[in-house]
Order: sequence, then C-alpha cells, then structure tokens
Amino acid sequence: MTTQPIYLDYAATTPVDPRVAAKMIPYLTELFGNPASRSHAYGWVAEEAVELAREQVATLIGADPKEIVWTSGATESNNLAIKGAARFYAASRGKHLITPKTEHKSVLDTCRELEREGFTVTYLDVEPNGLIDLEKLAAAIRPDTVLVSTMYVNNEIGVIQDVAAIGALCREKGVIYHVDAAQAAGKVEIDLAKTPIDLLSLSAHKSYGPKGIGALYVRRKPRVRLEALIHGGGHERGLRSGTLPTHQIVGMGEAYAIARNSMAVENERIRWLRDRLWAGLSTMEEVYLNGDLDARVPHNLNVSFNYVEGESLLMGIKQLAVSSGSACTSASLEPSYVLRALGRNDELAHSSIRFSIGRFTTEAEVDTTIALVTDAVAKLRELSPLWEMVREGIDLESIQWAAH
Amino acid sequence: MAYSEKVIEHYENPRNVGAFGKDDEDVGTGMVGAPACGDVMRLQIKVSAEGVIEDAKFKTYGCGSAIASSSLVTEWVKGKTLSQALEIKNTEIAEELALPPVKIHCSILAEDAIKAAVADYRSKHGSTETETPICTPVAP
Ligand SMILES: Cc1ncc(COP(=O)(O)O)c(C=O)c1O
Repeated sequence: MTTQPIYLDYAATTPVDPRVAAKMIPYLTELFGNPASRSHAYGWVAEEAVELAREQVATLIGADPKEIVWTSGATESNNLAIKGAARFYAASRGKHLITPKTEHKSVLDTCRELEREGFTVTYLDVEPNGLIDLEKLAAAIRPDTVLVSTMYVNNEIGVIQDVAAIGALCREKGVIYHVDAAQAAGKVEIDLAKTPIDLLSLSAHKSYGPKGIGALYVRRKPRVRLEALIHGGGHERGLRSGTLPTHQIVGMGEAYAIARNSMAVENERIRWLRDRLWAGLSTMEEVYLNGDLDARVPHNLNVSFNYVEGESLLMGIKQLAVSSGSACTSASLEPSYVLRALGRNDELAHSSIRFSIGRFTTEAEVDTTIALVTDAVAKLRELSPLWEMVREGIDLESIQWAAH
Repeated sequence: MAYSEKVIEHYENPRNVGAFGKDDEDVGTGMVGAPACGDVMRLQIKVSAEGVIEDAKFKTYGCGSAIASSSLVTEWVKGKTLSQALEIKNTEIAEELALPPVKIHCSILAEDAIKAAVADYRSKHGSTETETPICTPVAP
C-alpha cells in the first residue's frame, strides 16, 4: 500500500510536464523581474517572456495575442467573462442570461450571484446524452438576453458541445457567447478565427501547466467589452490588475505550445487506452456509460456500476485515483447534479465513477484498473441487497422505500 | 474521505453477509433507506423460541461507513434479547466506528434497521409496531 495509486483523474488536474517545469524555474530565480518594470532589463526580459507565452496561448486557439487576458484560472475567467459582460451590457441589451444545468460551479455560482443583482437566468436542460438541443436554446433566447454561456467540454462526462452552431445562433440573435474551455484546450481543435465565440475561458493546470494561472480570450472583432472585477494598476488593459506571475505564465505558454505539437498523436494514444478500458469494464453486467460516446473527448470515461454505491466502490479501489459522481457526505446524500441533469436515475447517479486518462497513463495501468474495478464491483454486488433483489426478478421501482 | 481503521476493517471483512428466508417464522427482516438516498440496509435476525437473537445477517448498498455500521450491528445483536437489541443506540455505533459527523446518518440507519427487523419479527408473532422513517430525499 505504500506505492502511489494509479492516477486516472486528469480531469481534476494534471501534473506539470517536466519540460514545462524546466522553462518555469529560471523565472523564479534569476529572471525574476516584474514584467511591468519598463526602466530596466529585468523587467524587459520578463515582459518578453509574458508576451511569448501570450502568443503560444493565442496560437493554440487561433486567436490574436492581443485578445488574451491573464487570470488566475478558469474560475476567474468565467467570473470575469460572465459578470464583466453582463454588467457592461445590462443597460443597453438586457438582464437575461442562459446557461445549461450541467455547467461547472464557477459558471453556475456566478449566475446565481448575478440573480442576486437583479439578472434573470435560464438554466437550460440538456439531452440525455449531455448535449444541448439547439432548438431548445433558440427558444430560450429572449429580446433581453445578453449572454449565453456553455462549456466546450464537460468536466464530468467529457461531452463536446457544438460550440460553432451555438455561436452562430448567438451571433444571429445578437447575444454574446461565452465558452468555458477549461477541459477543451489541448484536447479538441479550437479555432477562434473561424468559430463565432466572443469570450473563452482557459486554465493551465488541466493541460500539464501549473495551477493558479489561466486566461480569458476577449474577441476584438467584433469587439466585446467587459467591466473589470479587479481594480488596481491597470494591468492587462485594465481588465485584470495585479502583477503578472511571470513563471506561471511561462508555464502556461509552454504547456499550450506542447499541446499544440503533440495533441493529434496524443489523442489517438489516449483514445486507444480509453477504448481498452471501456472494453474491459463493459464486459460486466449492468454497466452504463454516461454521456455521448461519439461527441466526447477521448480522455474521459464516466461509468455507472448499477447497484453499487460510488463511494464504497472508491474505497474498494484505493490503488486508483479516480473520482466519483456520488457525494455521500451530507444528510442529503445528493448525487452528481450533472448526471441528474442527464435524467439518470438516482441509483445510476450514485454509482458513477469518472476515469480520466492523460499523457502519462500506460497500458499496464489501464489493465490493472480493469482488474481492480471488476473485483471490487463483484465484491460489492455480493453485499448489495439491490443486486440480490434484481437477481430474483424484483422490480426495484415497485418497492415502497422507507423514503418519505 | 479518510476512513477509520475499524470502518476499513469491516469493509474489507464484512461479518455475516447473506440472507435468511424472509418468510421463515423465526426470522425478522428490516430493510431501511432508499436507493435514491444512496443507502439501503437489510438486516435479518433469527430469533429463538426464548426470544434471543441467535444469528443475524445483512446486505448493504451504501458507502463504506454504511457497510461497516450494518456489519457491526450483526455482531452486536447476536445473543441479545429483542428488547436488549432495541437498546443499541446509533451513538454507540458511531463511537465504535469513529464515524465523522457527515457519516452519522449511517449509524442512524443501522439503529433503524434493528428496530425494523425486531418490528417485523414481532408483527409475525402478533404484536404490531411500525418502523421509523430514515431518509428523506432532498428535492434537486
Ligand atoms: C469545466 C471547468 N471549468 C472551470 C474549472 C475551474 O478551473 P480553475 O481550477 O483553473 O479555476 C474547471 C476545473 O476545475 C473545469 O473543469
């Protein structure tokens, strides 16, 4: 038990790639200047590094470097994009926003905050495969809708939204479109030169960069205006004040440059591993994939093991670092809101595990994972009264559970 | 979530897993919780003519603490009379297993499983008692 668990939680965070770490280190020690120092070489060197990184990030997403604003991560980018645009355009365009129910908390909670400020928010249902129905979105758009915010790739189930189509719809209706691409960068091809997205949030630590750094893309043509959240020295053209963390920015730039070069080959390798994992797990009975299989990044496999509770399953596979959609930690025992939004019943939502595969995952790790999960599921089903009843042909829906 | 050693021990070596015939005269069955809440416990007791619990079995769908609580309870009820078994309190279960506050509901469920099993046995033998509600699913 002293060996490190197998890491299959790349959607939570990734290790910093050693090549990235190597680029960052000099900017902590010798090249420590403040990029805003205009009067000496320390500052110039740092500024140059920041601008190179800005270009690297812009290149990965088909943007102009001038459209990139550094932030502390996707949470801040989401806050800046949604609050910033909603507040700037409230008077001229209206106070209604639309976002799907399956968004990350940093979007949902930002919307809740805007509701407290007097905005109205439509929380859009998604289809059972996790995707947005364009017609339902179109029907939700009102004359006073100021902004639509959707993910590019969902963090729990890995499904890829059709952002090009959503963007085109928003353009047509004169609505600002924000995309949370924290889980998309380096996994799917993003080309903002062609895709009508106005604002796009990025994070470094989901793509082998350091934690605590991210960026917001802010379109210049047609120009999108924002109200800043953080005021001070006027950095980042007044959109985000605060001394730039050069080493973090250098890390994000390098991570994105590596992503651009290795993405195509890496995705194929990861897809092969993911398919192997699914082939191994789906030989068991009553195992369900959550989210669309095709419109999905290869890195993600979200599986429900019916009649086995997720947290107990995690306990049985301690040699694996994965995450569960079940959170049996409060009196309410609320399972994943994302799986609930897909219309999954509570048993399935309670029994889900997210496996997320990444750059350093090996075939041997996948094979060990299959074996460990298969054993644990078999053991827990032996313990499960629900499994026994189903085996006896009892319909669980027909039972009056002591739940009132 | 860090688990106590006792929870891990019961999870890895659950005691008395299984089932008795639920229609047997000498068996009382208590099933509490609900799939929607993430826990279902089924506790069965086999009671002698003298009213002593001779054997117990369980199956649980739920987190590690729920499994450990029900496993522990099968050990504790053995050898007790029905009224002694009803004296087992959730606080004792929680203390024995060192459950953190967020897992107290698992020990409550185990206490309720005992009550439900005893009530079922008693109802087979003439007396009537109803079981207590446990889990109230929260609206999304
Ligand atoms: C989809 C999505 N959005 C936003 C975030 C938050 O990103 P950060 O950790 O950079 O604030 C995450 C990661 O937790 C995410 O998965």
